[in-house]
Amino acid sequence: MTGTKRLARAGFEHLESGFDFVFGARWNPLYFLGALAWFFYWIVAVSGIYLYIFFDSGVHSAYESVEYMTHTQWYAAGIMRSLHRYASDALVVVVLLHVIREYIMDRYKDARWFSWIVGIPMLWLLYASGISGYWVVWDQLAQYVAIATTEWLDTLPLFGEPIARNFLHETVLSGRFFSLMVFIHIAVPLILLFVMWIHIQRHMHPSVNPPKGLALGSLAMMLGLSLAYPAVSQGPANLNQVPSTVGLDWFYLTLYPLLDVYSGEMLWVVVIAATFGLVIMPWFPPRHRAAAAKVDLPNCNGCGRCVADCPYSAITLEPRSDGDYHPKEAVVDAAKCVSCGICAAACPTASPYRRRAALVPGIELPDATIAYLRRASTEAVEHLSGPARVLVYGCQTGVPIEDLQDSAVAAVKIPCLGALPPSFLDFVISRRMVDGVLLVGCREGDCRYRLGQEWTRQRLAQQRDPYLPGRVSRERIAICWAGIGQLGKTAVQLEAFRNRLSGLAGSTGNGNLATASAQAAEHMETHG
Amino acid sequence: MVSPVKLVMQTMAYAGFAAVIGYFSASPEYTHLDPDLALVKLSFSHAGAPKTECRTLTQQELDELPPNMRRLTDCPRGRVPLLIELEIDGQLVYRDWRPPSGLAGDGASTVYERFPVQPGRHQVAVRLRDSRKTSGFDFEHEDAVEIGQRQNFVIDFRAETGGFRFL
Repeated sequence: MTGTKRLARAGFEHLESGFDFVFGARWNPLYFLGALAWFFYWIVAVSGIYLYIFFDSGVHSAYESVEYMTHTQWYAAGIMRSLHRYASDALVVVVLLHVIREYIMDRYKDARWFSWIVGIPMLWLLYASGISGYWVVWDQLAQYVAIATTEWLDTLPLFGEPIARNFLHETVLSGRFFSLMVFIHIAVPLILLFVMWIHIQRHMHPSVNPPKGLALGSLAMMLGLSLAYPAVSQGPANLNQVPSTVGLDWFYLTLYPLLDVYSGEMLWVVVIAATFGLVIMPWFPPRHRAAAAKVDLPNCNGCGRCVADCPYSAITLEPRSDGDYHPKEAVVDAAKCVSCGICAAACPTASPYRRRAALVPGIELPDATIAYLRRASTEAVEHLSGPARVLVYGCQTGVPIEDLQDSAVAAVKIPCLGALPPSFLDFVISRRMVDGVLLVGCREGDCRYRLGQEWTRQRLAQQRDPYLPGRVSRERIAICWAGIGQLGKTAVQLEAFRNRLSGLAGSTGNGNLATASAQAAEHMETHG
Repeated sequence: MVSPVKLVMQTMAYAGFAAVIGYFSASPEYTHLDPDLALVKLSFSHAGAPKTECRTLTQQELDELPPNMRRLTDCPRGRVPLLIELEIDGQLVYRDWRPPSGLAGDGASTVYERFPVQPGRHQVAVRLRDSRKTSGFDFEHEDAVEIGQRQNFVIDFRAETGGFRFL
């Protein structure tokens, strides 16, 4: 990650901290931009279906039908029209924020190129949907949009005759082209929906629904705006007059004023170059790609836990290829693997207690093996002394936990918190190698690898295999969710954790909290 | 349970977002043509004459062709470009050669040009050469017209209805 991007990420996380404070991590809209996009899409779709019932698609009667909806049936169709417009605008905002955020957070490279690339035509389709929507109202803004759009399209060598001539004058206005636009305004959003579906195909448990609280808040916001400031038309279109001044929807029509300054050809060059730039971004600048997870067949019994936990659907269960009596084996699709290591932590064989000479689980990352993790953990704690010795496990791309190290604190970085098998906590605590373990993950609700936080929570709460053994005292484990720039916050939580550890009885693994539960996990987070 | 203070802050955040959406969905207004002006739009689509006359094939040439392709005349596909001139109040505001469309240059030539003008009375003259001749014009139209404020004054051309027309 470049210095500029690191700075931008810190800035974005600063903003997110503010939203965390107001909404809490569970409802922070910046963590659910993709899900909010789906939510706004559905508002647009439902309101659009309702509007279509009353919409007259003839060019000479479209305006009257929209006026009827806006004024006569303001209480239903009028609100729906406003919802349709404002949710479309909100959709643009959250989609653009989503793109910017994924870029800043560096979540578009390597195996994630697929979602990024699929997202690019979605941007085009989104704008085509919105722009064609303004067209069909056939008010003065529609007239401006129709003429400006067709004049811009005419700068491409595609049409034998300028399509802008369809809107030359009232006397030559034909309903056919208008009907085509109505069709486009229905067809393009449907294509967009299809591409949105492709966009999330490589995600296990895709986040397509915002949390209930955030969804209700957003819907209330849209309704409130629709009632307080209803969307209205800008006077009927009249091709004999020039709509010299129009109230633009700047979310969709941002580029249009540029058509009066620069040539249409130049603007095409700009948007096509921008699109091309977005296309090559996942591979530019080139960088070393971490090795994909690797299956060790002698240790894989095809239990499927790695398949269930992989956030990117990169692992499948296939018929056994080595003649073993287990019917299935895990197979990694390297092209989809983001090298998060969550699969390794899900593997029941990834236990530091294994007594074999070589500790090789059924699946692991070649660049961060379980054997390495055990060695790194044991070596890191060797030098520790003091009453509250703590081993900090932290995400590789998160807080620089190495800066927390001192005589009583050691740090080991892992690709993702979800890549840490819970048995490691048992290993270092029950063997009294340390007095406590601090887990430092990404910001709460914003796991770099999507599901690492959730799986960690569930594993510690014994809700998901592999469980954290019940004999491990939960008081000796703390979790700190922190952004890249929150070293200070992490240090404060570490200090508080160490103070608590100092007050605990010296013995570890006493089993006094043997029954783990979701409450225990919550306790750890709250007090961590 | 969300604290009342945070509820107020959330409401303010939602209201702020709604205000941004509501405002920029139709504001600020954009003026793409000075409201005190009018617009003259010259636009039509018309095919020029063939570049060369059709030629009658000789009997020998016909005999050399397959029986199903024996047409008596050979008409080259290419068309001449159109020469278009527009004068407003005696001033030449547009003069251009418009090439025929199509890969073989056999399609219609098109023009689509806009000229902002002051509203009022104007002497508008428009000329078109669509033949192979090297001087003069095949179609001309001139008239004094009253153009209103913000009017979209269109100069169209339809050969089948006699040539230029002002709309």
